[in-house]
Amino acid sequence: MTPRLSERIEAFPAALKEQSELNAVITDTSSQALAHLDGDGTQGPLSDCLLAIKDNLNLVDSPTTCASWTLAGYISPYTATPVQRLLDAGAAIVAKTNLDEFAMGSSTEYSCFGPTRNPYNPDLVPGGSSGGSAVAVAAELVDAALGSDTGGSVRQPAAFCGLFGLKPTYGRVSRYGLVAFASSFDQVSVFARDIDLTARVFEVIAGHDPLDSTSAAEPVTSFSYDEEHARSLTIGIAREYEHEGLDEEIGSRYRNLIKFLKSEDFTVKEVSLPHTDYGIAAYYILTTAEASSNLARYDGIRYGMRARVEGDLEGLYTDTRSSGFGPEVQRRIMLGTYVLSAGYMDRYYICAQRVRRLIQRDFLHAFKEVDLLLTPTTPTLPFPIGTKVDDPLTMYLSDVFTVPMSLAGVPAMNIPMGQSRGGLPIGLQLTANYFREETIFQLSRFIEQRYSV
Amino acid sequence: MATNSLDSIMEKWEPVIGLEVHAQLATQSKIFCRCRRTYGAAPNSHTCPVCLGYPGVLPVLNEQVVEFAIRMGQAVGCRVRSLSRFARKNYFYPDLPKGYQISQYDEPLCEGGSLSFYMEDGSVKTVGITRIHLEEDAGKAIHGLEDESYIDFNRCGTPLVEIVSEPDIRSPQEARRYLERLKQTLQYAGVSEADMEKGHLRCDANISVRPRGDGEFGTRTEMKNLNSFRGVERGLAYEIRRQVDILEQGGEVEQCTLTWDEAASETHLLRTKEEAQDYRYFPEPDLVPLEVDPDWVKAIKAELPELPAQIEERFTRDYNLRFQDIEILTRERELAAYYEAVVDGGVSPTEAARWVLGEVLRVLKEEHQEIGEFPMRPEALSELIKLCSQGIINRNTAKSVFDIMLTENLSAAEIVKRDQLGQVSDSATLEDTVLQVVSGLPAELERYRKGETRLLGFFMGQVMQATKGKGDPQVVRGILQRVLDEA
Repeated sequence: MTPRLSERIEAFPAALKEQSELNAVITDTSSQALAHLDGDGTQGPLSDCLLAIKDNLNLVDSPTTCASWTLAGYISPYTATPVQRLLDAGAAIVAKTNLDEFAMGSSTEYSCFGPTRNPYNPDLVPGGSSGGSAVAVAAELVDAALGSDTGGSVRQPAAFCGLFGLKPTYGRVSRYGLVAFASSFDQVSVFARDIDLTARVFEVIAGHDPLDSTSAAEPVTSFSYDEEHARSLTIGIAREYEHEGLDEEIGSRYRNLIKFLKSEDFTVKEVSLPHTDYGIAAYYILTTAEASSNLARYDGIRYGMRARVEGDLEGLYTDTRSSGFGPEVQRRIMLGTYVLSAGYMDRYYICAQRVRRLIQRDFLHAFKEVDLLLTPTTPTLPFPIGTKVDDPLTMYLSDVFTVPMSLAGVPAMNIPMGQSRGGLPIGLQLTANYFREETIFQLSRFIEQRYSV
Repeated sequence: MATNSLDSIMEKWEPVIGLEVHAQLATQSKIFCRCRRTYGAAPNSHTCPVCLGYPGVLPVLNEQVVEFAIRMGQAVGCRVRSLSRFARKNYFYPDLPKGYQISQYDEPLCEGGSLSFYMEDGSVKTVGITRIHLEEDAGKAIHGLEDESYIDFNRCGTPLVEIVSEPDIRSPQEARRYLERLKQTLQYAGVSEADMEKGHLRCDANISVRPRGDGEFGTRTEMKNLNSFRGVERGLAYEIRRQVDILEQGGEVEQCTLTWDEAASETHLLRTKEEAQDYRYFPEPDLVPLEVDPDWVKAIKAELPELPAQIEERFTRDYNLRFQDIEILTRERELAAYYEAVVDGGVSPTEAARWVLGEVLRVLKEEHQEIGEFPMRPEALSELIKLCSQGIINRNTAKSVFDIMLTENLSAAEIVKRDQLGQVSDSATLEDTVLQVVSGLPAELERYRKGETRLLGFFMGQVMQATKGKGDPQVVRGILQRVLDEA
């Protein structure tokens, strides 16, 4: 096994060069991976795998850029817990991938290293913010990759690139070493081309971590397909996801799958998630609030970029942060600062928190009746680079089907459902109750085996 | 500034004061990481990615910090919440690596206690404690001689409790006594070294004045940097005068934040109400709510060390001392323990108090020492006191022996023997000396016998000098009286 893997690691830089127009990778870490392999050659559940990680996950002695000028020159002194677990499982981590700056975006265009391109059509976006990880897997540069999903940042690029993209339950995977965007939403997530590897990577990185007090103690069960179990699952269809803005081809693929499941004697029930419409607003209030605080540390004092060394302190802060952060990050910091300000806190933050609890309750109600929810992942197919970058509201709406699960903290996964007439990937989303990722895997495998588009 | 004395101002005006005190907890490690808590270490030698706020790190709460805060809460009779929460206080400053301080806001760990203490006239004052909450300390900015600044992050992440009092304090003296009592309680509870000079204890105040008899509060100002006992008293007195001056001239006090400049003995304006900082508190998403098991609280309460009020009561009951003396003896737990060890060495409590309050405290003050650094073991002092009360040496000799004991590693008995300081109480020997002295002073004897009896003191002095101070004064006096009055 090991020699084959080492050959693949050695071949990585050339493969990367060949695919360089996709701009999926920020840092090639294959030489470090090779050195690590020489060191012990760990045999573990991932010892035959090449992996990439989003460049907001820390790997010791490598740069962590978050695709921001702010972190220019920053070399991480430590390794994130989920990354360490990959290494301990024998995986070779060969790349740190491109992203929207600090994971804020839905297209991987807001990167100081330039946009990542969709391998199905380089004029289109791969989705975001974990676009680089998605593309690295879709272009077969690596077997699997880690991203982070705050409001859809793994599920949406998985849909745009034809991959499985799992956002686990909030708290399932340690956030220690994941650069925070919105701490109560961020969850380290997995991309792979098949369900088995998705499950395997998930099982390696999941589980309690003493370094993250919000990580859950819930045991991680290992996935083994059981068709009978899969067939016993009750599937929920939420009427709130019959969206008028839904792309016609995605809509028909969605309805076809429902029809197929019914024909296979699945119980398919209609459920209601009445507060879905408030999801986007609540999400952008709460995540920007947390982001405004999480990103305060990039002040030019201790690490990363400093705009100038002359002048007063306020000038140092203003110049560093105005030139270090890109426009989307600045927009969100300002929004977040505003919604937490005295006099506005009750109107925005407190209100959004209330909505969040209502949405959580919606899901809990639904999961009393069904085991899984089936919804579209995105309202549209991949869109051309440059079309939404100056229209934040339209950009924000591309997360409309993924944000409610993030507000609730329930696990959800994109499953690839073939291509459109124009040859672009289509994805649908399965959502389960808290800590029931395994249920998602069961039905996904059933669909993977039995359903052809 | 008015030249009226504070007393005369306070006849007409009543200050209303509340204190916010930050105390560093004496835990092994910092509040959210495993770095050691230190003082005076090489700059930035006790830091890690967590306390430096590196990208991606998360805080993990130190359980000992919670235990110490609960212990302090129990020491002042607070309720401990079974569920409290952490919040972020957002502001920019170079010594604050994350750009926010993790603190507690609307759901603090402890609420609703009180602290009682003696005033100088022996009256008892009680001040309510609104809340005690947990937070992390910031680093320390050090400004160089030129324009440059440095930051030492060793202090960053040191656990703090913020102890907020009710606005129950009515004078600068009360504020000082409250702070002294708080320091004493922190030390007795064993949760803080509470050394103000090392910044373990830092005090801010909210203060307003109102005409005496008025029910409503006046507009308050906030004073920062009252970081010594003297500073608290003088700073508050200064601010009372300033506010009263404004009001007496028909003006209005403006809500603002001031800082006390101890060296210049004046306040500086830090910010006006309009410039007040908006800290944008919100729940800390990186920490789960703090759940406290009531049984744990009970166990902590049961193991609470003896507290100042209890030791004062015990000293009053067991040792029958004046409250002023008890107050001094119990101010520091170590001093009280020293005193008790002296008593346990077989000395009367009154004698022991006389020596500890007199000689021991004198030396500590002269040498700028803490009782922990005092070189004489309490048993050694007991032995000295016993030599004195048994009449083997007199008090003056004992004081000289005390001084010798501080520098030489010898017991009192050894010094008395070596220097032949033993008191002479043998009547025959002393009578010879008395007769010699008296016969050598015929003129004085004449005057004495003519009725100038106050010369007795003069003769006493002469005889004591002749015995080199070793004569037992009572015996000498008896013999002298008899000899002078004879014939």
